[in-house]
Amino acid sequence: MLTIKNLHAAVEGTPILRGINLEVKPGEVHAIMGPNGSGKSTLASVLAGREEYEVTEGEVTFKGKDLLDLTPEDRAREGVFLAFQYPVEIPGVSSTNFLRTALNQVREYRGQEPLDAVKFLSLMKEKMKLVEIDQKLLSRSLNEGFSGGEKKRNEIFQMAMLEPTLSILDETDSGLDIDALRIVSNGVNQLKSPDTATIVVTHYQRLLEYIVPDFVHVLYKGQIVKSGTKDLALELEAKGYDWIKEEVDAAV
Amino acid sequence: MSKDNQILEEFTSKDYEHGWSVNYEADEAPLGLNEEIIRWISAKKEEPQWLLDWRLKAFRAWEAMEEPKWANVTYPKVDFQKLRYYSAPKQTKKPKSLDEIDPELLAIYERLGISLNEQKRLQGIAVDAVLDSVSVATTFKGTLAKLGIVFCSFSEAVKEHPELVKKYLGSVVPMTDNYYAALNSAVFSDGSFCYIPKGVRCPMELSTYFRINAANTGQFERTLIVAEDESYVSYLEGCTAPQRDENQLHAAVVEIYAGAHAEVKYSTVQNWFPGDKDGKGGIYNFVTKRGICAGDHSKISWTQVETGSAVTWKYPSCILKGDNSIGEFYSVAVTNNMQQADTGTKMIHIGKNTKSRIVSKGISAGKSQNSYRGQVQVMKRASNARNFSQCDSLLMGDRCGAHTFPYIDIQNPSAKVEHEATTSKIGEDQIFYCNQRGISTEDAVALIVNGYAKEVLNQLPMEFAVEAQKLLALTLEGSVG
Ligand SMILES: Nc1ncnc2c1ncn2[C@@H]1O[C@H](COP(=O)(O)OP(=O)(O)OP(=O)(O)O)[C@@H](O)[C@H]1O
Ligand SMILES: [Mg+2]
Repeated sequence: MLTIKNLHAAVEGTPILRGINLEVKPGEVHAIMGPNGSGKSTLASVLAGREEYEVTEGEVTFKGKDLLDLTPEDRAREGVFLAFQYPVEIPGVSSTNFLRTALNQVREYRGQEPLDAVKFLSLMKEKMKLVEIDQKLLSRSLNEGFSGGEKKRNEIFQMAMLEPTLSILDETDSGLDIDALRIVSNGVNQLKSPDTATIVVTHYQRLLEYIVPDFVHVLYKGQIVKSGTKDLALELEAKGYDWIKEEVDAAV
Repeated sequence: MSKDNQILEEFTSKDYEHGWSVNYEADEAPLGLNEEIIRWISAKKEEPQWLLDWRLKAFRAWEAMEEPKWANVTYPKVDFQKLRYYSAPKQTKKPKSLDEIDPELLAIYERLGISLNEQKRLQGIAVDAVLDSVSVATTFKGTLAKLGIVFCSFSEAVKEHPELVKKYLGSVVPMTDNYYAALNSAVFSDGSFCYIPKGVRCPMELSTYFRINAANTGQFERTLIVAEDESYVSYLEGCTAPQRDENQLHAAVVEIYAGAHAEVKYSTVQNWFPGDKDGKGGIYNFVTKRGICAGDHSKISWTQVETGSAVTWKYPSCILKGDNSIGEFYSVAVTNNMQQADTGTKMIHIGKNTKSRIVSKGISAGKSQNSYRGQVQVMKRASNARNFSQCDSLLMGDRCGAHTFPYIDIQNPSAKVEHEATTSKIGEDQIFYCNQRGISTEDAVALIVNGYAKEVLNQLPMEFAVEAQKLLALTLEGSVG
């Protein structure tokens, strides 16, 4: 579904990603871990099409299409969803209104009829249950004044509404309390299907107990320096990153 | 140019939708302005002597006045002798009912999305349609008359209700109030008149739609709204004009009188032709709007969505004379390309326990300049006066300007006056977030801008709010990409 080959990206001339290779197949869950500043969010942003990140080398194909050639909105419409590490506030725009605009544009791109208000609201009701999000939150301005946990939950709610094929969750677990972590993870698991794939960026093994990954990758200095199964996450939890850093730095 | 600016650039360069004009036979005054022209207009309208005298007095005052220079706008001097002060579509005889109105005139309004046919009208809005200098049709007159409500063209009011016109004309905006008000007083051609008797709640929105069609013609309409004690009315005003290379002048006067416990809501969606991308053409909009809360516990609320005009000079104001009276001003002013707007309000607290609230949302794009100018005045007698002002500016790109000029004058120490101001830019983050959910950049900007202006848009009656939202999006279309 997603193939990343030798991806290099820079911000204002500073290289951040330095040769990423990754293959994600339908039905898989990949976890990306790594120390702060290693480039995890940068990778997510590049995949979503954020303009300030300049791709200097490499290629990315998504469902057979050249992903890097698409505008950010077309990537979303093709089914790439990014749950932001820091969701943005939009004053005066309710989540409901925002999502309705989004969903109908996605549907239009896919050649589907727009949903009328009634159908949209019943879809919302159904998905709200999935992540146990409160109606009151959704009638407020998007993310404005939301607590950290509420913002993250709202990201997953949006994901549920838009039904993406590839979801990238950037530290969705940070800021969630213990119950919320379980609820949100359950939501993500229920949205999984043999046709969809998930990339979870996280610092903590705990999330991976709920959302069980098929592969775990460690990103360091803009490269995937180690890949393994979910046991790798356990090992990292126990030992930290130093041993990996030493391995990599010694090899240079 | 950064991406943000490029986006804004493309998004704000969309064409004006109502830029068409129609050829019809017109009854016109000769070009120029002098006493003869004023007599000509007055005679054309078969006015009584007192009104002609009033006009002439205003004209003499105007001749001695100077054009105001304090506003933050620049434009070439208007040559008042090159303008035409009266142009009316020719109708063979005066229409007695809507059925007798020239279908071509009705078609003009149909094209603007305003049906003057009562059967077809959305329920709940009565319309007075003004084309160039005259009112062509007023709908729902009969329904309103049963309640004692008068809603008609100004000229008709002069004929049918001279005592009311005489009593209130110039009582809120004196003929010598300012340069443009004096000009309007001398040459005003038509407009709407509305009278709500004591204790009556007007059951439908009253609406006036202004359209300039003829070239080189100034539009000088005059609106007078009188709400007697314990009455209520919500009044809407909309405006469009064809696209022309030359600038056209619009200098209106609106006067509102509110008796004790009366409430008047006045909403405007202003969409005069703003000129093209290079600033060619467009309407010069110099308007004086003022209401007086004459009785205790009365309330006047102005809501405006200003998207058009090349130059806007406009300060809807409230004189809070009655004790416990309330004045409100809600405004969204959008400027794009080369547009200039200097707009705001004046709240003059005279009575005790008077309250005023100002919410101004400026949006600037392109190379436009957007100024808020507001005055809050608390007189000696006005103990416990309260004012809250919120002035926000939203910038799109880095070649436009937003300016805030608040003036506060307090003569009573018990007054509480609060002023808050913010300036923000549409963030790349916000646009990207929307994009990531599948929303195009253009729609993202519309969404963000409408969210920003929501507090004001919420004040508008339903149908108008929807129209205003679309208009905001349309005005800014092309300024982001
Ligand atoms: N817009 C930017 N301008 C300058 N530097 C940037 C920018 N964006 C990212 N960087 C730098 O790129 C590096 C990678 O950042 P990134 O956000 O991808 O890290 P991360 O792996 O997600 O870290 P964390 O675990 O803390 O979220 C950091 O050193 C960061 O400072
Ligand atoms: Mg990060």
